[in-house]
Amino acid sequence: MGAGHAHRLYRHGHSAVHALPPHTKLAATFAFVVVVVSTPREAMWAFGLYAVLLGVVAFHARVPPGFLLKRLLIEVPFVAFAVLMPFVAEGERVDVLGVSLSVNGLWGAWNVLAKGTLGVASSVLLASTTELRELLLGLQRLRLPPLLVQIASFMIRYGDVITDEMRRMRIARESRGFEASGVKHWGVLAKSAGALFIRSYERGERVHLAMVSRGYAGSMPVIDEVTASRAQWSHALTLPFAALVVCVLGWTL
Amino acid sequence: MHVPDGFINAPTSAVTGVVAAGAIAVSLRGARRELDERTAPLAGLVAAFIFAVQMLNFPVAAGTSGHLLGGALAAILVGPFTGVLCVSVVLLMQGILFADGGLTALGVNITNMAVVTTVVAYAAFRGLLKVLPRTPRSVTAASFVAALLSVPAAALAFTLMYAVGGTTDVAIGKVATAMVGVHVLIGVGEATITALTVGAVIAVRPDLVYGARGMRQKLQLRVNGELVDVPAAEEARTAPVAARTSRRTLWVTGLATSLVLAGFVSFYASSSPDGLEKVAADKGIDEKTEEHAVADSPLADYGVKDVTDARLSGGLAGVIGVGVTVVAGSTVFWAVRRRQNTDASPTTVENV
Repeated sequence: MGAGHAHRLYRHGHSAVHALPPHTKLAATFAFVVVVVSTPREAMWAFGLYAVLLGVVAFHARVPPGFLLKRLLIEVPFVAFAVLMPFVAEGERVDVLGVSLSVNGLWGAWNVLAKGTLGVASSVLLASTTELRELLLGLQRLRLPPLLVQIASFMIRYGDVITDEMRRMRIARESRGFEASGVKHWGVLAKSAGALFIRSYERGERVHLAMVSRGYAGSMPVIDEVTASRAQWSHALTLPFAALVVCVLGWTL
Repeated sequence: MHVPDGFINAPTSAVTGVVAAGAIAVSLRGARRELDERTAPLAGLVAAFIFAVQMLNFPVAAGTSGHLLGGALAAILVGPFTGVLCVSVVLLMQGILFADGGLTALGVNITNMAVVTTVVAYAAFRGLLKVLPRTPRSVTAASFVAALLSVPAAALAFTLMYAVGGTTDVAIGKVATAMVGVHVLIGVGEATITALTVGAVIAVRPDLVYGARGMRQKLQLRVNGELVDVPAAEEARTAPVAARTSRRTLWVTGLATSLVLAGFVSFYASSSPDGLEKVAADKGIDEKTEEHAVADSPLADYGVKDVTDARLSGGLAGVIGVGVTVVAGSTVFWAVRRRQNTDASPTTVENV
């Protein structure tokens, strides 16, 4: 029942970024995103610098640009939304190629696009250089409630199992000639969802009994305590500090 | 509806982060009461279920499809506290691992999609069960309404956050109309699926449905031709009567409600964003975002320029408010009943 052995989100590697303790990476990513979000949107060059910073990290982590860009596609719905903003926002309007656009809306669209993309990119970098199990250890180290971390770890561990179970149900449906084509098939799909819930819950009960029989009493023993040296911390926090400098410059210039 | 970074400004994100953290802290305590030391594995597996079921596509028509958001379903199936926890964990993992929803927007996302949906759904659900007769059928009907309210309620909460800390000044009326309008339509889908799923679970394992725990019927034996109650000692082992969901009633209720709502709402949001919805569904099926694209788009604005928006949002707020009030009034009742239930529940395995 090991956590995702070779999960598609994670890229195995031995770079300096991979080697950093997970909680330093989590803290650095979060701090970086906070700095990015609090940068004034008028300082366009600052966002370019942030992108360069992330590029440097990606280079050090040996994450290929194609991989990064492909994962950025998750943002597409918000790109669509951002494109709409200039048309609906209030305020003074400006003509671009004969179309009347709101100035404020244009800034808003830029704001969401730039900050959203940088946020997604940094999350992608974090997930692709940190193993799932390490991430959970890192969260625990950052003093997230242990129960919450346990729930998250069970979700991650059994997420693939449950998804596979759902896939098997789909194959079973399809091999019996079922093809969902409209609202009238919702009943069948909902029954599948119901069955999936019952299976998940019962699996949870079995897992709990198995854990109890192995001595579980409400808390998981911490076997591999992750620690970070001062050097590792400063290494990881280089990114948010560099970003902070850019941010301060953005406010003052 | 996963909000990205930069959509809501930093102070509002921080405040919602505190709200979300508080809600999670309360839920952690509450979930221990709902599930005792089984919390971690059970809530974890339910979170995995919610995660998986969000990937289950329900075809609507002509290539578009929707999926479940799961807040209402979680609240009804496993209880409000565990529900909040499960959906929050799903959102947290989606944010960190899948980059779905910004890290700084985690507070916004958790408050909207985990806390507001679950609490509103559960409040409406409990309130309705107080009024309706105690049959499994009314559990399905109540879950329909609960899920129907939960989605626009989250949209309304988002609008509120946008009004306080939005980074672009789109007129707040427009945001409200677009968000609530689109989400009422999404809510109809969510409600139908939720009700059908709850019905399916009730039909097989009614004892697993948290929201239907008050529904257990006494086991009666036929002794010499007359029905006799089983002595109380054995009652704990009573299996509730498996109920068959009446699809017709469900459909009639659902249809009536959706007709009223859709008729009322389509008045406001007349130009439906079909094209975009299709594109988003084609592009983003794996990213679980096909609905969100439209959900957050103010496209539906185009037909609704000169309408007093306060009516719509006010009306909805009223409906939700009534639900909350009914529940608040009957909390005492419920607390008493729940205590009876916990007494009657089978003993859990002792720790080794």
